[in-house]
Amino acid sequence: MERHVHPDLPVEPDEPPRRARRRFQPAPYLLGAPAILWLAILFIVPLFTMLSLSLQTCDPNTYACTMTWNFGEFGNVISRYSDQLIRSIVYAGAATVIDLVIAFPLAYWIAFYGGRRKNFYLLMLLVPFFVSFVIRTTAWQFLLADQGPILGPLKSLHLLPQNYHVLATWIAVVAGMAYNYLPFTALPLYVALERIDRRVIEAAGDLYSNRTSVFMRVIFPLAIPGIFAAFLLTFVPAAGDFVNASILGGTNNTMIGNVIQQAFLVQNDYPAASALSAILMAAMLIGIFAYSKILGARTIEEYV
Amino acid sequence: MTDEPVIDPSLLRGLTQSRFTRRDLFRYAGAAGGALGISAILAACGTKGIATGSAASGKPNANMGTAAWWAQQSEHKVLDFDNWPYYMDIGPNNSHPSLDEFTKKTGIKVNYTENIQDNPSYWTQHILPQLRAGQSQGHDIIVLTNNDYPLGYMLNFGWAIPLDHSAMPNFDKYASKLVTNPSWDPGNTYTMAWQSGYTLIAYNTKYVKGPINSVDVLWDPQYKGKIGMFGNASELGCVGLLALGKDPATSTPDDWTAAAAKLQEQKPLVRSYYDQDYIKALKAEDTWISMAWSGDIFQAGLQGYDTLQVAIPQEGVMFWTDNMLMPYTASNPKDAMVYMDYVYDPKVQAVIEDYNNYVCPVPSSKGIIATDLHDPAVANSPLVFPNSQMIAASKNYYQWKDAQDLKTWNDTFIPIFQ
Repeated sequence: MERHVHPDLPVEPDEPPRRARRRFQPAPYLLGAPAILWLAILFIVPLFTMLSLSLQTCDPNTYACTMTWNFGEFGNVISRYSDQLIRSIVYAGAATVIDLVIAFPLAYWIAFYGGRRKNFYLLMLLVPFFVSFVIRTTAWQFLLADQGPILGPLKSLHLLPQNYHVLATWIAVVAGMAYNYLPFTALPLYVALERIDRRVIEAAGDLYSNRTSVFMRVIFPLAIPGIFAAFLLTFVPAAGDFVNASILGGTNNTMIGNVIQQAFLVQNDYPAASALSAILMAAMLIGIFAYSKILGARTIEEYV
Repeated sequence: MTDEPVIDPSLLRGLTQSRFTRRDLFRYAGAAGGALGISAILAACGTKGIATGSAASGKPNANMGTAAWWAQQSEHKVLDFDNWPYYMDIGPNNSHPSLDEFTKKTGIKVNYTENIQDNPSYWTQHILPQLRAGQSQGHDIIVLTNNDYPLGYMLNFGWAIPLDHSAMPNFDKYASKLVTNPSWDPGNTYTMAWQSGYTLIAYNTKYVKGPINSVDVLWDPQYKGKIGMFGNASELGCVGLLALGKDPATSTPDDWTAAAAKLQEQKPLVRSYYDQDYIKALKAEDTWISMAWSGDIFQAGLQGYDTLQVAIPQEGVMFWTDNMLMPYTASNPKDAMVYMDYVYDPKVQAVIEDYNNYVCPVPSSKGIIATDLHDPAVANSPLVFPNSQMIAASKNYYQWKDAQDLKTWNDTFIPIFQ
């Protein structure tokens, strides 16, 4: 970002002039080593193994896999599982939009009106995370059961038809994801809103801006990087999620995560599972690049 | 300032200010990728196959399981047994009376675990990686079902220790005809049954008026959204075949295609394709009619879910068996043999059966359950001690000829529930 410095303010000195000769300093490299190893072992290696497997051919009798550069597997899985791929993007998109709509006012309120209790409210937001993801989802399965505590009374009052159900529909799956990923949306939004300089808002008021235009022209633009981060942190895991679909979903709610899980763990079809994972990752990266172009990558880099 | 060590400022910033931007990341990743020569790395990741029938690594020695080999084995007074959940009698303080009795009688201590949730995932996570590398998978006895592929793979790879037929007096004397010399393991070379069961139809009499005598009820539009099916290629495919009047055991790929079409036609009526949790859906009345396993429904009835009934459709019910076997890495095979034969003692089996309520592999336990254990409900249930009508209705699963055959089956039926 270009710096617009007020003429009266002291100007920070630029970097000291570089020296001609440098001595090797191991400390920073050593400090970085654990993180670099972590990335290399737990990210780069599995990533390459996955890409490699997606191009191999496996003999189902002996499980022997050999590199055959079989790019055909990609076309094969896309045509077989295009429904599930599209469904995953749509469901995850819907859940993310719902989360943004719910989380923005929430984060706004905590950031601007939370006062001394800000930390308490943030803790409340995180409390559900102390319970396992699967157990929370199963709890919804119980709550939303056809004769459960919510639908049961409504049915006995004849407010709902006897065979009405929420579980086993796309609504349940999207709602489950929106519920499970809400903190991932709320926290980055909170951080973005919290770090807005209050003097900027005051200045807008001093310049006769009303509350709507303060929000639209000052607060919202400054929150965009937070919205982008929230989108990333919610959409990416939601698109690969398989727990909500398998616990809350029914027929025709299968997501790509369920297909990958089935291919890996039940069918032992490693190339198909790897190809699907690679496609999902590529689709995400392309989407994220497009999205960041729209919002302006320069401001975002400041935050992510 | 002159004495300060000089460090590349970008590195220092990166390590101290966590400002490693995404742009940097992509730039470095791109450079690294280019430099490494991706193709070489990708090509180096091939995996070695399993050498079936040869003495390659990850393969047991050739005379394993012969009389001479068994003669060299001795008891170690310890046994690791991995089973499915809720499959062993439970006494006070979560003890297992039949296991305690075994330890008292033989001095063999049993480490009993219940890690097997379903055949394929147990295979992919707890059998295949370990046994192909020649490492122990940690147990002397495991339990696999004949209606899914892992049991067949296990036997084809030669990964199960052949039983010591000189040490199975109880089995020889008391085992039910239903589990002796089964088609998936001729002559009981490798396996003895733990329990068997039926895959049939369960329904809630509150909503579905019986009696039900055909699998067609699963295609009845009046139960739209309340029908539960199994999300398992083997089980699902067999119901489709039964609905077409085909015997699954002798079905052909053309029959499978027709059955898959029939099941696709049913899909809009189906609520969900369930795994083990189908029973939860039935109990919660999320489903009114569902594919089911016999023992679960019987147990649910005993727990007070008395509106759950089973139906024996005229097209037949699928009969499956869970089999005990020893992986070749088992370190206590002698102790395992003692235990596997022990459960065929009618008195012991009566205790196990009275808890399980699946199909009992020892018919002589019936009288003991009725008189000594005072549980005529279990003793007289045709789902536990099948009568001639049940035996006549029983159908066997299709046995896949090879991996290609299995793949054809999976490719036919898996898309239905995906």
